[in-house]
Amino acid sequence: MTNAWISGTVIATLVGVVGFFVVMRASSFAAHAIPNGAFAGAAGANLVGINPLFGLVIFALGAALGIGYSSRRTRSDVATALALVMMLALGAAFLATSNEYEPAINALLFGEILGVSSSEIVPVMVLAVVCALGLAVLYRPLLMSSISSELAVAQGVNVALIDVLFLVVLALSSALAVPVVGALLTFSLTIGPPAAARLLTNRPHRALACSMLLSLLTLWAAIASSYWSNLPIGFFVGTFSALVYLLARTWDTTRNRRLARTVA
Amino acid sequence: MVGIDLLKVEGLDVSIAGRMILRDVNFRIDHGEFTGLIGSNGAGKTTLLRVILGVQEATRGRVSVHGQTLTRSNSSVGYVPQKVLFEPDLPVRVRDFVALGLDGGTFGVARRSRHSFELVDEMLEAVEASKLSNRRIGSLSGGEQQRVLVAHALVRKPELLLLDEPLASLDPGSAQEIIQLLHTVVVKQQVAVLMSAHEMNPLLPVMDRVVYVANGRVASGTTEEVVRSDVLSELYGHHVDVVRVHGRVLVVAGEGDHTKSTLADHPAVIVE
Repeated sequence: MTNAWISGTVIATLVGVVGFFVVMRASSFAAHAIPNGAFAGAAGANLVGINPLFGLVIFALGAALGIGYSSRRTRSDVATALALVMMLALGAAFLATSNEYEPAINALLFGEILGVSSSEIVPVMVLAVVCALGLAVLYRPLLMSSISSELAVAQGVNVALIDVLFLVVLALSSALAVPVVGALLTFSLTIGPPAAARLLTNRPHRALACSMLLSLLTLWAAIASSYWSNLPIGFFVGTFSALVYLLARTWDTTRNRRLARTVA
Repeated sequence: MVGIDLLKVEGLDVSIAGRMILRDVNFRIDHGEFTGLIGSNGAGKTTLLRVILGVQEATRGRVSVHGQTLTRSNSSVGYVPQKVLFEPDLPVRVRDFVALGLDGGTFGVARRSRHSFELVDEMLEAVEASKLSNRRIGSLSGGEQQRVLVAHALVRKPELLLLDEPLASLDPGSAQEIIQLLHTVVVKQQVAVLMSAHEMNPLLPVMDRVVYVANGRVASGTTEEVVRSDVLSELYGHHVDVVRVHGRVLVVAGEGDHTKSTLADHPAVIVE
Protein backbone atom coordinates (compact mmCIF):
# COMPACT_ATOMS: atom_id res chain seq x y z
CA MET A 1 0.00 0.00 0.00
CA THR A 2 2.91 2.36 0.77
CA ASN A 3 4.16 1.75 -2.76
CA ALA A 4 0.78 2.82 -4.12
CA TRP A 5 0.88 6.11 -2.18
CA ILE A 6 4.48 6.88 -3.16
CA SER A 7 4.13 5.96 -6.82
CA GLY A 8 0.62 7.46 -6.96
CA THR A 9 1.91 10.80 -5.66
CA VAL A 10 4.78 10.88 -8.17
CA ILE A 11 2.57 9.78 -11.07
CA ALA A 12 -0.29 12.19 -10.29
CA THR A 13 2.09 15.16 -10.02
CA LEU A 14 3.70 14.30 -13.35
CA VAL A 15 0.42 13.55 -15.12
CA GLY A 16 -0.98 16.86 -13.82
CA VAL A 17 1.79 18.74 -15.65
CA VAL A 18 1.73 16.59 -18.79
CA GLY A 19 -2.08 16.78 -18.91
CA PHE A 20 -1.96 20.58 -18.76
CA PHE A 21 -0.11 20.59 -22.08
CA VAL A 22 -2.20 17.73 -23.52
CA VAL A 23 -5.33 19.86 -23.07
CA MET A 24 -3.57 23.03 -24.31
CA ARG A 25 -2.42 21.22 -27.46
CA ALA A 26 -5.74 19.41 -28.06
CA SER A 27 -3.83 16.09 -27.94
CA SER A 28 -6.50 14.16 -26.04
CA PHE A 29 -6.71 11.41 -28.64
CA ALA A 30 -2.97 10.74 -28.40
CA ALA A 31 -3.28 10.76 -24.60
CA HIS A 32 -5.97 8.07 -24.97
CA ALA A 33 -4.16 6.03 -27.61
CA ILE A 34 -0.69 5.85 -26.01
CA PRO A 35 -1.64 4.15 -22.69
CA ASN A 36 -3.97 1.78 -24.53
CA GLY A 37 -1.17 0.91 -26.92
CA ALA A 38 1.27 0.58 -24.02
CA PHE A 39 -1.01 -2.07 -22.53
CA ALA A 40 0.10 -4.37 -25.35
CA GLY A 41 3.69 -3.85 -24.18
CA ALA A 42 2.82 -5.00 -20.66
CA ALA A 43 0.99 -8.03 -22.07
CA GLY A 44 4.03 -8.82 -24.23
CA ALA A 45 6.40 -8.41 -21.27
CA ASN A 46 4.28 -10.83 -19.23
CA LEU A 47 4.41 -13.29 -22.09
CA VAL A 48 8.22 -13.31 -22.26
CA GLY A 49 8.58 -13.04 -18.48
CA ILE A 50 10.19 -9.61 -18.07
CA ASN A 51 9.16 -6.64 -15.91
CA PRO A 52 5.90 -5.21 -17.39
CA LEU A 53 7.19 -1.66 -16.85
CA PHE A 54 9.82 -2.24 -19.56
CA GLY A 55 7.15 -3.44 -21.97
CA LEU A 56 4.98 -0.44 -21.14
CA VAL A 57 7.81 2.04 -21.70
CA ILE A 58 8.96 0.46 -24.97
CA PHE A 59 5.47 0.23 -26.48
CA ALA A 60 4.44 3.69 -25.26
CA LEU A 61 7.59 5.18 -26.80
CA GLY A 62 6.97 3.22 -30.01
CA ALA A 63 3.41 4.55 -30.19
CA ALA A 64 4.55 8.13 -29.50
CA LEU A 65 7.30 8.07 -32.12
CA GLY A 66 4.98 6.37 -34.63
CA ILE A 67 2.31 9.03 -34.09
CA GLY A 68 4.88 11.84 -34.26
CA TYR A 69 6.41 10.51 -37.49
CA SER A 70 3.10 9.73 -39.24
CA SER A 71 1.48 13.02 -38.20
CA ARG A 72 4.01 14.84 -40.44
CA ARG A 73 2.71 12.89 -43.42
CA THR A 74 -1.00 12.46 -42.78
CA ARG A 75 -3.77 13.79 -40.53
CA SER A 76 -2.74 13.41 -36.92
CA ASP A 77 -6.04 11.78 -35.84
CA VAL A 78 -5.65 9.15 -38.57
CA ALA A 79 -2.01 8.51 -37.57
CA THR A 80 -3.04 8.21 -33.90
CA ALA A 81 -5.95 5.87 -34.68
CA LEU A 82 -3.73 3.61 -36.79
CA ALA A 83 -1.06 3.45 -34.07
CA LEU A 84 -3.77 2.60 -31.53
CA VAL A 85 -5.38 -0.23 -33.51
CA MET A 86 -2.01 -1.72 -34.39
CA MET A 87 -0.97 -1.80 -30.72
CA LEU A 88 -4.35 -3.19 -29.61
CA ALA A 89 -4.09 -5.94 -32.24
CA LEU A 90 -0.66 -6.87 -30.90
CA GLY A 91 -2.06 -6.80 -27.34
CA ALA A 92 -4.87 -9.16 -28.36
CA ALA A 93 -2.33 -11.54 -29.92
CA PHE A 94 -0.11 -11.45 -26.80
CA LEU A 95 -3.06 -12.10 -24.49
CA ALA A 96 -4.33 -14.97 -26.63
CA THR A 97 -0.99 -16.75 -26.38
CA SER A 98 -0.40 -15.88 -22.72
CA ASN A 99 -1.18 -18.05 -19.69
CA GLU A 100 -1.88 -15.00 -17.52
CA TYR A 101 -4.76 -15.19 -15.13
CA GLU A 102 -7.74 -12.94 -15.74
CA PRO A 103 -7.10 -10.79 -12.60
CA ALA A 104 -3.67 -9.76 -13.90
CA ILE A 105 -5.18 -8.65 -17.20
CA ASN A 106 -7.98 -6.81 -15.39
CA ALA A 107 -5.38 -5.02 -13.25
CA LEU A 108 -3.58 -3.80 -16.37
CA LEU A 109 -6.81 -2.59 -17.93
CA PHE A 110 -8.56 -1.06 -14.93
CA GLY A 111 -5.76 -0.36 -12.45
CA GLU A 112 -4.51 -1.94 -9.26
CA ILE A 113 -3.47 -0.14 -6.09
CA LEU A 114 -0.83 -2.79 -5.61
CA GLY A 115 0.22 -2.41 -9.26
CA VAL A 116 3.68 -1.08 -8.42
CA SER A 117 6.09 -3.36 -6.59
CA SER A 118 8.92 -2.19 -4.31
CA SER A 119 11.46 -2.96 -7.03
CA GLU A 120 9.65 -0.61 -9.44
CA ILE A 121 9.61 2.44 -7.17
CA VAL A 122 13.13 3.53 -8.15
CA PRO A 123 12.61 3.18 -11.94
CA VAL A 124 9.28 5.05 -11.57
CA MET A 125 11.03 7.87 -9.69
CA VAL A 126 13.89 8.05 -12.20
CA LEU A 127 11.56 8.16 -15.21
CA ALA A 128 9.38 10.78 -13.50
CA VAL A 129 12.42 12.98 -12.82
CA VAL A 130 13.55 12.60 -16.46
CA CYS A 131 10.07 13.68 -17.63
CA ALA A 132 9.97 16.62 -15.21
CA LEU A 133 13.40 17.84 -16.32
CA GLY A 134 12.39 17.45 -19.96
CA LEU A 135 9.25 19.51 -19.41
CA ALA A 136 11.22 22.19 -17.53
CA VAL A 137 13.63 22.54 -20.46
CA LEU A 138 10.84 22.57 -23.06
CA TYR A 139 8.48 24.75 -21.02
CA ARG A 140 8.39 28.05 -22.92
CA PRO A 141 8.61 26.78 -26.53
CA LEU A 142 6.06 24.10 -25.56
CA LEU A 143 3.71 26.73 -24.13
CA MET A 144 4.21 29.02 -27.14
CA SER A 145 3.60 26.26 -29.68
CA SER A 146 0.57 25.06 -27.68
CA ILE A 147 -0.98 28.54 -27.99
CA SER A 148 -0.15 28.95 -31.70
CA SER A 149 2.21 26.80 -33.71
CA GLU A 150 2.38 29.47 -36.44
CA LEU A 151 3.54 32.15 -34.00
CA ALA A 152 6.01 29.69 -32.48
CA VAL A 153 7.48 28.94 -35.92
CA ALA A 154 7.81 32.68 -36.55
CA GLN A 155 9.82 32.92 -33.31
CA GLY A 156 12.22 30.24 -34.51
CA VAL A 157 10.75 27.32 -32.54
CA ASN A 158 11.25 23.92 -34.21
CA VAL A 159 7.63 22.91 -33.73
CA ALA A 160 8.05 19.44 -35.27
CA LEU A 161 10.81 18.61 -32.77
CA ILE A 162 8.80 20.00 -29.84
CA ASP A 163 5.81 17.84 -30.94
CA VAL A 164 7.88 14.66 -30.91
CA LEU A 165 9.65 15.44 -27.63
CA PHE A 166 6.33 16.16 -25.95
CA LEU A 167 4.89 12.87 -27.23
CA VAL A 168 7.92 11.09 -25.73
CA VAL A 169 7.23 12.71 -22.33
CA LEU A 170 3.54 11.81 -22.68
CA ALA A 171 4.53 8.21 -23.48
CA LEU A 172 6.78 7.92 -20.41
CA SER A 173 4.19 9.42 -18.06
CA SER A 174 1.51 7.10 -19.49
CA ALA A 175 3.77 4.08 -19.02
CA LEU A 176 4.21 5.03 -15.36
CA ALA A 177 0.49 5.57 -14.78
CA VAL A 178 -0.84 2.40 -16.44
CA PRO A 179 0.19 -0.12 -13.69
CA VAL A 180 -1.65 1.93 -11.04
CA VAL A 181 -4.56 3.58 -12.85
CA GLY A 182 -5.01 1.08 -15.69
CA ALA A 183 -4.61 1.39 -19.45
CA LEU A 184 -8.24 2.29 -20.12
CA LEU A 185 -8.54 5.08 -17.55
CA THR A 186 -5.08 6.69 -17.36
CA PHE A 187 -6.48 9.02 -20.00
CA SER A 188 -9.13 10.35 -17.58
CA LEU A 189 -6.45 11.53 -15.13
CA THR A 190 -4.55 13.18 -18.00
CA ILE A 191 -7.60 15.17 -19.12
CA GLY A 192 -10.05 15.74 -16.22
CA PRO A 193 -7.98 17.66 -13.63
CA PRO A 194 -6.02 19.75 -16.20
CA ALA A 195 -9.23 20.69 -18.04
CA ALA A 196 -10.74 21.73 -14.70
CA ALA A 197 -7.62 23.72 -13.72
CA ARG A 198 -7.77 25.96 -16.78
CA LEU A 199 -11.28 27.04 -15.79
CA LEU A 200 -10.13 28.14 -12.35
CA THR A 201 -7.43 30.63 -13.31
CA ASN A 202 -6.30 32.67 -16.32
CA ARG A 203 -2.56 32.39 -15.57
CA PRO A 204 -0.50 29.55 -17.07
CA HIS A 205 1.73 28.95 -14.02
CA ARG A 206 -1.22 28.89 -11.65
CA ALA A 207 -3.21 26.62 -13.99
CA LEU A 208 -0.22 24.26 -14.07
CA ALA A 209 0.04 24.22 -10.25
CA CYS A 210 -3.73 23.81 -9.95
CA SER A 211 -3.65 20.91 -12.43
CA MET A 212 -0.99 19.11 -10.35
CA LEU A 213 -2.96 19.66 -7.14
CA LEU A 214 -6.29 18.45 -8.58
CA SER A 215 -4.56 15.46 -10.14
CA LEU A 216 -2.98 14.58 -6.78
CA LEU A 217 -6.27 14.93 -4.89
CA THR A 218 -8.07 12.83 -7.53
CA LEU A 219 -5.55 9.99 -7.35
CA TRP A 220 -5.25 10.04 -3.55
CA ALA A 221 -9.05 9.93 -3.19
CA ALA A 222 -9.19 7.12 -5.77
CA ILE A 223 -6.50 5.04 -3.98
CA ALA A 224 -8.33 5.42 -0.63
CA SER A 225 -11.74 4.63 -2.16
CA SER A 226 -10.37 1.59 -3.99
CA TYR A 227 -8.73 0.31 -0.81
CA TRP A 228 -11.95 0.57 1.21
CA SER A 229 -14.38 -0.61 -1.47
CA ASN A 230 -12.28 -3.24 -3.26
CA LEU A 231 -13.43 -1.80 -6.59
CA PRO A 232 -10.81 -1.09 -9.31
CA ILE A 233 -8.92 2.18 -8.84
CA GLY A 234 -9.55 3.10 -12.48
CA PHE A 235 -13.28 3.36 -11.76
CA PHE A 236 -12.64 5.97 -9.06
CA VAL A 237 -10.02 7.88 -11.07
CA GLY A 238 -12.42 8.16 -14.03
CA THR A 239 -15.39 9.16 -11.85
CA PHE A 240 -13.49 11.68 -9.71
CA SER A 241 -11.76 13.23 -12.76
CA ALA A 242 -15.11 13.85 -14.44
CA LEU A 243 -16.54 15.16 -11.17
CA VAL A 244 -13.66 17.60 -10.68
CA TYR A 245 -14.23 18.93 -14.19
CA LEU A 246 -18.00 19.26 -13.69
CA LEU A 247 -17.49 21.16 -10.42
CA ALA A 248 -14.98 23.53 -12.06
CA ARG A 249 -17.29 24.09 -15.04
CA THR A 250 -20.23 24.83 -12.72
CA TRP A 251 -18.11 27.27 -10.70
CA ASP A 252 -16.90 29.00 -13.90
CA THR A 253 -20.44 29.30 -15.32
CA THR A 254 -21.82 30.69 -12.04
CA ARG A 255 -18.97 33.20 -11.79
CA ASN A 256 -19.48 34.37 -15.40
CA ARG A 257 -23.23 34.83 -14.86
CA ARG A 258 -22.57 36.85 -11.71
CA LEU A 259 -20.03 39.01 -13.59
CA ALA A 260 -22.48 39.54 -16.45
CA ARG A 261 -25.16 40.65 -13.98
CA THR A 262 -22.69 43.06 -12.33
CA VAL A 263 -21.76 44.60 -15.70
CA ALA A 264 -25.45 44.89 -16.73
CA MET B 1 22.80 51.58 -41.34
CA VAL B 2 22.15 54.75 -43.34
CA GLY B 3 22.22 54.09 -47.08
CA ILE B 4 21.34 50.39 -46.81
CA ASP B 5 17.74 49.31 -47.41
CA LEU B 6 16.02 47.79 -44.41
CA LEU B 7 14.56 45.01 -46.56
CA LYS B 8 15.67 44.11 -50.05
CA VAL B 9 14.06 41.36 -52.13
CA GLU B 10 15.99 40.51 -55.28
CA GLY B 11 15.10 38.18 -58.14
CA LEU B 12 12.92 35.99 -55.96
CA ASP B 13 11.25 32.89 -57.43
CA VAL B 14 9.10 30.63 -55.26
CA SER B 15 7.69 27.26 -56.34
CA ILE B 16 5.62 25.03 -54.08
CA ALA B 17 4.94 21.40 -55.05
CA GLY B 18 6.07 22.12 -58.61
CA ARG B 19 3.79 25.13 -59.00
CA MET B 20 5.35 28.54 -59.58
CA ILE B 21 3.84 30.95 -57.04
CA LEU B 22 6.10 33.99 -57.45
CA ARG B 23 8.42 34.97 -60.32
CA ASP B 24 11.31 37.43 -60.31
CA VAL B 25 10.06 39.49 -57.37
CA ASN B 26 12.07 42.63 -56.64
CA PHE B 27 11.33 45.40 -54.16
CA ARG B 28 12.78 47.20 -51.17
CA ILE B 29 11.50 48.77 -47.99
CA ASP B 30 13.14 51.62 -46.10
CA HIS B 31 13.15 52.33 -42.38
CA GLY B 32 9.84 53.57 -40.97
CA GLU B 33 7.87 53.04 -44.20
CA PHE B 34 4.30 51.78 -44.37
CA THR B 35 4.04 49.41 -47.31
CA GLY B 36 0.86 47.73 -48.51
CA LEU B 37 1.20 44.26 -50.05
CA ILE B 38 -1.85 44.23 -52.29
CA GLY B 39 -3.27 41.36 -54.32
CA SER B 40 -6.30 39.14 -54.68
CA ASN B 41 -6.83 35.96 -52.63
CA GLY B 42 -4.33 33.32 -53.71
CA ALA B 43 -2.00 35.82 -55.42
CA GLY B 44 0.97 34.72 -53.26
CA LYS B 45 0.99 37.43 -50.57
CA THR B 46 1.20 34.98 -47.65
CA THR B 47 3.92 32.99 -49.46
CA LEU B 48 5.95 36.17 -49.96
CA LEU B 49 5.59 37.08 -46.27
CA ARG B 50 6.63 33.55 -45.24
CA VAL B 51 9.74 33.76 -47.41
CA ILE B 52 10.67 37.12 -45.87
CA LEU B 53 10.07 35.60 -42.43
CA GLY B 54 12.42 32.74 -43.30
CA VAL B 55 9.95 29.88 -42.84
CA GLN B 56 9.44 29.23 -46.59
CA GLU B 57 12.40 28.59 -48.87
CA ALA B 58 12.75 30.51 -52.10
CA THR B 59 13.61 28.61 -55.27
CA ARG B 60 15.87 31.44 -56.42
CA GLY B 61 16.80 34.96 -55.35
CA ARG B 62 17.75 36.69 -52.13
CA VAL B 63 16.03 38.39 -49.20
CA SER B 64 18.24 40.62 -47.08
CA VAL B 65 17.74 42.79 -44.01
CA HIS B 66 20.35 45.54 -43.59
CA GLY B 67 22.26 43.91 -46.44
CA GLN B 68 22.57 40.59 -44.57
CA THR B 69 20.86 37.49 -46.00
CA LEU B 70 17.86 36.75 -43.82
CA THR B 71 17.98 33.80 -41.46
CA ARG B 72 15.11 32.07 -39.68
CA SER B 73 14.00 33.75 -36.45
CA ASN B 74 15.61 37.09 -37.13
CA SER B 75 14.74 39.39 -34.24
CA SER B 76 14.67 42.34 -36.68
CA VAL B 77 11.45 40.96 -38.15
CA GLY B 78 8.14 40.66 -36.27
CA TYR B 79 5.13 38.76 -37.61
CA VAL B 80 1.37 38.85 -37.17
CA PRO B 81 -0.28 35.85 -38.85
CA GLN B 82 -3.54 35.90 -40.76
CA LYS B 83 -5.73 34.33 -38.12
CA VAL B 84 -5.02 32.89 -34.71
CA LEU B 85 -7.85 31.02 -33.02
CA PHE B 86 -7.61 31.34 -29.25
CA GLU B 87 -9.85 29.06 -27.21
CA PRO B 88 -12.03 30.97 -24.72
CA ASP B 89 -10.75 28.82 -21.81
CA LEU B 90 -7.06 29.24 -22.66
CA PRO B 91 -5.41 30.02 -19.30
CA VAL B 92 -3.21 32.77 -20.71
CA ARG B 93 -3.60 36.46 -19.91
CA VAL B 94 -2.87 39.12 -22.49
CA ARG B 95 0.34 40.17 -20.70
CA ASP B 96 1.53 36.52 -20.48
CA PHE B 97 0.96 36.17 -24.20
CA VAL B 98 2.83 39.38 -25.05
CA ALA B 99 5.69 38.32 -22.75
CA LEU B 100 5.96 35.08 -24.73
CA GLY B 101 6.79 37.29 -27.71
CA LEU B 102 10.05 38.01 -25.86
CA ASP B 103 10.99 34.54 -24.65
CA GLY B 104 8.56 32.01 -26.20
CA GLY B 105 11.39 30.57 -28.27
CA THR B 106 13.83 30.23 -25.37
CA PHE B 107 14.30 26.92 -23.56
CA GLY B 108 13.97 26.74 -19.78
CA VAL B 109 11.80 28.27 -17.07
CA ALA B 110 13.90 31.21 -15.82
CA ARG B 111 11.95 34.03 -14.15
CA ARG B 112 11.26 37.07 -16.27
CA SER B 113 13.12 40.24 -15.34
CA ARG B 114 11.47 43.50 -14.33
CA HIS B 115 12.71 44.95 -17.61
CA SER B 116 10.75 42.27 -19.53
CA PHE B 117 7.52 43.25 -17.80
CA GLU B 118 8.25 46.94 -18.42
CA LEU B 119 8.67 46.16 -22.12
CA VAL B 120 5.40 44.21 -22.13
CA ASP B 121 3.54 47.10 -20.47
CA GLU B 122 5.15 49.56 -22.89
CA MET B 123 3.98 47.55 -25.90
CA LEU B 124 0.47 47.14 -24.54
CA GLU B 125 0.36 50.90 -24.06
CA ALA B 126 1.68 51.44 -27.61
CA VAL B 127 -1.24 49.44 -29.04
CA GLU B 128 -3.70 51.02 -26.57
CA ALA B 129 -4.44 47.68 -24.93
CA SER B 130 -3.22 48.30 -21.36
CA LYS B 131 -6.70 47.83 -19.96
CA LEU B 132 -6.84 44.34 -21.50
CA SER B 133 -3.64 43.11 -19.84
CA ASN B 134 -5.32 40.83 -17.27
CA ARG B 135 -8.04 39.47 -19.58
CA ARG B 136 -7.90 35.96 -21.03
CA ILE B 137 -6.56 36.19 -24.57
CA GLY B 138 -9.44 34.01 -25.83
CA SER B 139 -12.09 36.35 -24.40
CA LEU B 140 -11.10 39.32 -26.60
CA SER B 141 -12.95 40.57 -29.69
CA GLY B 142 -11.31 40.27 -33.14
CA GLY B 143 -10.08 43.88 -33.09
CA GLU B 144 -8.71 43.55 -29.56
CA GLN B 145 -6.91 40.33 -30.50
CA GLN B 146 -5.28 42.08 -33.47
CA ARG B 147 -3.93 44.80 -31.15
CA VAL B 148 -2.52 42.16 -28.80
CA LEU B 149 -0.97 40.22 -31.70
CA VAL B 150 0.73 43.44 -32.82
CA ALA B 151 2.05 43.98 -29.27
CA HIS B 152 3.30 40.35 -29.22
CA ALA B 153 5.18 40.97 -32.49
CA LEU B 154 6.55 44.38 -31.43
CA VAL B 155 7.82 43.42 -27.98
CA ARG B 156 11.17 42.22 -29.37
CA LYS B 157 11.58 45.69 -30.91
CA PRO B 158 11.77 44.56 -34.56
CA GLU B 159 12.60 47.04 -37.28
CA LEU B 160 10.21 45.43 -39.75
CA LEU B 161 6.71 44.23 -38.92
CA LEU B 162 5.00 41.79 -41.30
CA LEU B 163 1.22 41.55 -41.05
CA ASP B 164 -0.78 38.98 -43.00
CA GLU B 165 -4.29 40.28 -43.75
CA PRO B 166 -4.89 41.75 -40.28
CA LEU B 167 -8.08 43.43 -41.50
CA ALA B 168 -9.72 40.21 -42.71
CA SER B 169 -12.90 39.44 -40.76
CA LEU B 170 -12.85 42.82 -38.97
CA ASP B 171 -15.77 45.22 -39.25
CA PRO B 172 -14.93 48.52 -41.07
CA GLY B 173 -14.69 50.47 -37.79
CA SER B 174 -12.25 48.02 -36.19
CA ALA B 175 -10.27 47.84 -39.46
CA GLN B 176 -9.85 51.63 -39.49
CA GLU B 177 -8.74 51.56 -35.85
CA ILE B 178 -6.08 48.93 -36.62
CA ILE B 179 -4.79 50.93 -39.62
CA GLN B 180 -4.52 54.11 -37.54
CA LEU B 181 -2.84 52.17 -34.75
CA LEU B 182 -0.25 50.73 -37.18
CA HIS B 183 0.36 54.17 -38.63
CA THR B 184 1.01 55.51 -35.13
CA VAL B 185 3.39 52.60 -34.46
CA VAL B 186 5.28 53.34 -37.68
CA VAL B 187 5.65 57.01 -36.76
CA LYS B 188 6.38 56.67 -33.03
CA GLN B 189 8.50 53.51 -32.99
CA GLN B 190 10.13 53.96 -36.40
CA VAL B 191 9.12 50.42 -37.38
CA ALA B 192 8.64 49.65 -41.06
CA VAL B 193 5.37 47.83 -41.80
CA LEU B 194 4.65 45.42 -44.67
CA MET B 195 0.96 44.62 -44.48
CA SER B 196 -0.95 42.38 -46.87
CA ALA B 197 -4.51 43.16 -47.87
CA HIS B 198 -6.73 42.40 -50.83
CA GLU B 199 -8.45 45.78 -50.58
CA MET B 200 -6.10 48.77 -50.91
CA ASN B 201 -8.52 51.65 -50.30
CA PRO B 202 -8.46 51.58 -46.48
CA LEU B 203 -4.65 51.79 -46.64
CA LEU B 204 -4.40 54.72 -49.11
CA PRO B 205 -4.17 57.47 -46.45
CA VAL B 206 -1.23 55.81 -44.64
CA MET B 207 0.63 53.90 -47.36
CA ASP B 208 4.10 55.19 -48.37
CA ARG B 209 4.63 52.43 -50.90
CA VAL B 210 2.67 49.62 -52.51
CA VAL B 211 3.84 46.16 -53.54
CA TYR B 212 1.18 44.91 -55.96
CA VAL B 213 1.07 41.14 -56.60
CA ALA B 214 -0.71 39.63 -59.61
CA ASN B 215 -0.05 36.64 -61.85
CA GLY B 216 2.89 35.67 -59.63
CA ARG B 217 4.67 38.93 -60.44
CA VAL B 218 5.13 42.13 -58.48
CA ALA B 219 5.14 45.88 -59.17
CA SER B 220 6.35 48.20 -56.44
CA GLY B 221 6.64 51.93 -55.84
CA THR B 222 4.40 54.71 -54.59
CA THR B 223 0.66 54.33 -55.19
CA GLU B 224 0.86 56.88 -58.02
CA GLU B 225 3.70 54.94 -59.68
CA VAL B 226 2.11 51.49 -59.42
CA VAL B 227 -1.66 51.84 -59.44
CA ARG B 228 -1.80 53.00 -63.05
CA SER B 229 -3.46 51.45 -66.06
CA ASP B 230 -0.19 50.80 -67.96
CA VAL B 231 1.66 49.24 -65.00
CA LEU B 232 -1.19 46.98 -63.89
CA SER B 233 -2.07 46.01 -67.50
CA GLU B 234 1.55 44.85 -67.90
CA LEU B 235 1.35 42.97 -64.59
CA TYR B 236 -1.93 41.23 -65.36
CA GLY B 237 -0.99 40.58 -68.99
CA HIS B 238 -4.10 42.28 -70.40
CA HIS B 239 -5.70 45.71 -70.33
CA VAL B 240 -7.07 47.05 -67.04
CA ASP B 241 -8.36 50.53 -66.21
CA VAL B 242 -7.65 52.38 -63.00
CA VAL B 243 -10.48 54.68 -61.97
CA ARG B 244 -10.30 57.14 -59.07
CA VAL B 245 -13.65 58.03 -57.52
CA HIS B 246 -14.00 60.23 -54.40
CA GLY B 247 -10.45 59.38 -53.32
CA ARG B 248 -11.01 55.65 -53.83
CA VAL B 249 -9.19 53.57 -56.41
CA LEU B 250 -11.02 51.06 -58.57
CA VAL B 251 -9.09 48.65 -60.77
CA VAL B 252 -11.45 47.34 -63.45
CA ALA B 253 -11.08 45.01 -66.39
CA GLY B 254 -10.55 46.64 -69.75
CA GLU B 255 -12.99 46.63 -72.69
CA GLY B 256 -14.36 43.20 -73.57
CA ASP B 257 -13.01 41.48 -70.46
CA HIS B 258 -15.85 42.23 -68.01
CA THR B 259 -17.46 38.81 -68.25
CA LYS B 260 -14.28 37.12 -66.97
CA SER B 261 -14.42 38.61 -63.49
CA THR B 262 -12.64 36.25 -61.08
CA LEU B 263 -12.51 38.53 -58.07
CA ALA B 264 -16.16 38.72 -57.15
CA ASP B 265 -15.21 38.79 -53.48
CA HIS B 266 -13.15 41.88 -54.09
CA PRO B 267 -15.16 45.11 -54.05
CA ALA B 268 -12.41 47.47 -55.19
CA VAL B 269 -10.33 45.44 -57.59
CA ILE B 270 -11.97 43.79 -60.55
CA VAL B 271 -9.54 42.17 -62.93
CA GLU B 272 -10.04 39.70 -65.78
